[in-house]
Amino acid sequence: MDGWALFLPAEFASRAQFGWTISVHILFASLSVGLAPFIVYFTWKEIRTDDDRFARLRSFWLKVFAAGFVMGTVTGIPMSFQFGTNFPGFSAVAGELIGGPLAFEAKMAFFLEAVFLGVLLFGRERVSDRTYFLSSVLVGFGAWLSGFWILVVNAWMQTPQGFEMITRNGMEVAQLTDPIAAFFTPRLTWMYVHMVNAAVISVALLVAGVAAYIVWKKSDAKAWKTALKIAVVLLIVTAPLQALHGDAYARHVEDTQPQKFAAMEGHYETGPADLHLFAIPTELSALTDPRADNLFAISLPRVGSFLASGGDFDAVVTGLDEYEENPPVALVFWSFRFMVGLGFLFIGLAFWGGYLIYRNRLPDSSRYLKAMIAASPLGFAALLTGWYVTEIGRQPWVIQDVLTTSEAASSTLSSTAATLTLGAFVVVYIGLILAALYVLRWLIEDELRDLGVTASTGDRWHGPLPGVSDDD
Amino acid sequence: MIEPLVLPVERYLVPSLPDVWFGAVMFALAMYIVLDGFDFGIGMLYATREDEAERETMLAAFGPVWDANEVWLVAFGTMLLAAFPDVYSRLLADNYLIALGFVLALLFRGVGPELREQHEDERWQRVCDRSFVAGSTLAPLLFGVLAGSWVFDAPALSAPALLTGIGLVAVSAVTGAAFVAAKTAPSLAGDMRDLGVLGTLAYLLGVVVLLSVVVWTDAGGTAETVLSGPGIVIVGLSVVAGLGGVVLALRDRYRAWLASALALPALLSALVALLLYPTIYPATGLTVSDAVVSPLALNLTTVLGFPVLLLVLWYFKFLYGVFSGPIEGEGYGA
Repeated sequence: MDGWALFLPAEFASRAQFGWTISVHILFASLSVGLAPFIVYFTWKEIRTDDDRFARLRSFWLKVFAAGFVMGTVTGIPMSFQFGTNFPGFSAVAGELIGGPLAFEAKMAFFLEAVFLGVLLFGRERVSDRTYFLSSVLVGFGAWLSGFWILVVNAWMQTPQGFEMITRNGMEVAQLTDPIAAFFTPRLTWMYVHMVNAAVISVALLVAGVAAYIVWKKSDAKAWKTALKIAVVLLIVTAPLQALHGDAYARHVEDTQPQKFAAMEGHYETGPADLHLFAIPTELSALTDPRADNLFAISLPRVGSFLASGGDFDAVVTGLDEYEENPPVALVFWSFRFMVGLGFLFIGLAFWGGYLIYRNRLPDSSRYLKAMIAASPLGFAALLTGWYVTEIGRQPWVIQDVLTTSEAASSTLSSTAATLTLGAFVVVYIGLILAALYVLRWLIEDELRDLGVTASTGDRWHGPLPGVSDDD
Repeated sequence: MIEPLVLPVERYLVPSLPDVWFGAVMFALAMYIVLDGFDFGIGMLYATREDEAERETMLAAFGPVWDANEVWLVAFGTMLLAAFPDVYSRLLADNYLIALGFVLALLFRGVGPELREQHEDERWQRVCDRSFVAGSTLAPLLFGVLAGSWVFDAPALSAPALLTGIGLVAVSAVTGAAFVAAKTAPSLAGDMRDLGVLGTLAYLLGVVVLLSVVVWTDAGGTAETVLSGPGIVIVGLSVVAGLGGVVLALRDRYRAWLASALALPALLSALVALLLYPTIYPATGLTVSDAVVSPLALNLTTVLGFPVLLLVLWYFKFLYGVFSGPIEGEGYGA
């Protein structure tokens, strides 16, 4: 048996490891970003109104935030380490451009979040109401600022500018020439708005799902009816916004990263592009090779051109055949469809909830409660697939048109060491995800116990609750 | 191009800015091993406690501050990356398993106490406790080995690297013991004092052995620096702080003991800085001025970053102010 069979090639293992660890990390990081406005709002209402509904919600979600923040920290540190351990070419070539923003993230944002979270978690009796509320604002601000600096780096990797290549210590590296251009790249605002909004949507769905479950078990849980309503109202604003914004964002991607756009649309031949509204594979090969011939697609002829160009049905869209090396098209193509499909589902759920609020029946519709419980993890699924489009779609580049991922990967790393750590991260992070899910489950069980729901109420999934109509 | 923020592009704000940055990176390293060091110590000493109330007390000392302390690692790493990217990439790529083993140890250390509080179940809590103790012991060991390999240009499984790792474990145990003693009731404090005294003696012995090995083998070409004036002063101050701490501990003056104990990891970082300057990456002979980024980038991170660093120090003053004084047995949870 040769080494291949036992150990993965080092570069492949590095890619897999980075992809896996960032996938887990982004879930916890988005939880912090998305939950921040909820924590601030609940704390504010608790202090201003002395309403015990908000004290209950603040306390519950702060525990979730704390657990998520710890997991975000411990999974975040391996990310910056892997820039050195697995992709030293990336930190050596781009260090001058990415080091500054990453250091600002630590100093301006991460410290702020970590220090004042300590106050928020342990200091309720030790500081004044005002300081306590201020701490919640600083934690939330820290989470959003942290995301900003990280996306400064990522946006630069998509649309790099403000630098020139020079030789330092015998190596071609990027030298900063224009900080404003390098920080505020064309992609930055697109990405920041889309990501923060995605995090808020994901958390709103999570809050709504947990609230729906608790209301389902205990139909007079006042605090949780309030939470459900707040989350649905937030979704009514954010879900449609994400679709409108995403549409314009895609056009920007077509302008700046035509190869990625072509992969998103499975567009191989340069020329007018159709828009595949809906696509399912008609044969197995379409899963791995999504070309028009082996898809059953509902397509709008030339609308792809129309959208990409902002109004011209005959606009030429560059096809994948123009490029020497392409990203794994299938992953990008299907991830994009998965994300967009879920986005429309969220809009549907939001409007359905809006209708129920209008009819004043929100917590009474068992069908809606079931739907929201089922949808609670889906925001995170959409967010993750959105990132797959962004990151896998940029391949083979790690910095668009500047440095390929292969060039960035460590040349000295052995496949033994790489496979070993990949295995360790897979096992440990699966454990971490399970632990996070158990924590959420225990918190919900505690909450139900506190609300007087006994543990064995049986399986009510298939039947209506007393006093809950089943007609919506 | 525009001259942004009126920053000089061709020259550093002050000619010695690269050296200032070397100092700033080493300062972040010192903050990390001082502050997270006592967190590690709490985690190790936690293993010596059977009593649930005492364990809760130790977790209550650890809970509000550890996460903020750990951020100093991120500050250290990102400042190193921002100012000396070649050192960052080489250091981590050359010490692959140690570096990633260290972050995994940090993971186990961090999630252990957080998860422990979430579920009242003895078996579950035992698992979480093991995660906390093992992570708290392995993290300083591996971080010390990493630092030793860096400074002494030695493989991970060599006497200088391993002794640096063991030294960091010992000094962390000392500061952890002093921290808990300064914050808790007499019964627990007495045990912490005894363990802390033993730890101090072990640490000082370890430093002497390490430096003897280093001088003997001239590891990384550092023998001369160790025996230089500043080298001898740092080692001398460590002995004074260590033995002074022992005297203070034995007289039950725990707050004063804590102050002198915290000097030990600070002096250890000073030694690291002394040995690395000006050859910041001994394995390749890269010096501070070879490895530093271009003037504009460094000027920018200076102007935007240094004021924030001062603000961060104020945050810590505030945080430790809020949680000053003895633990009131409030446990870990919110």
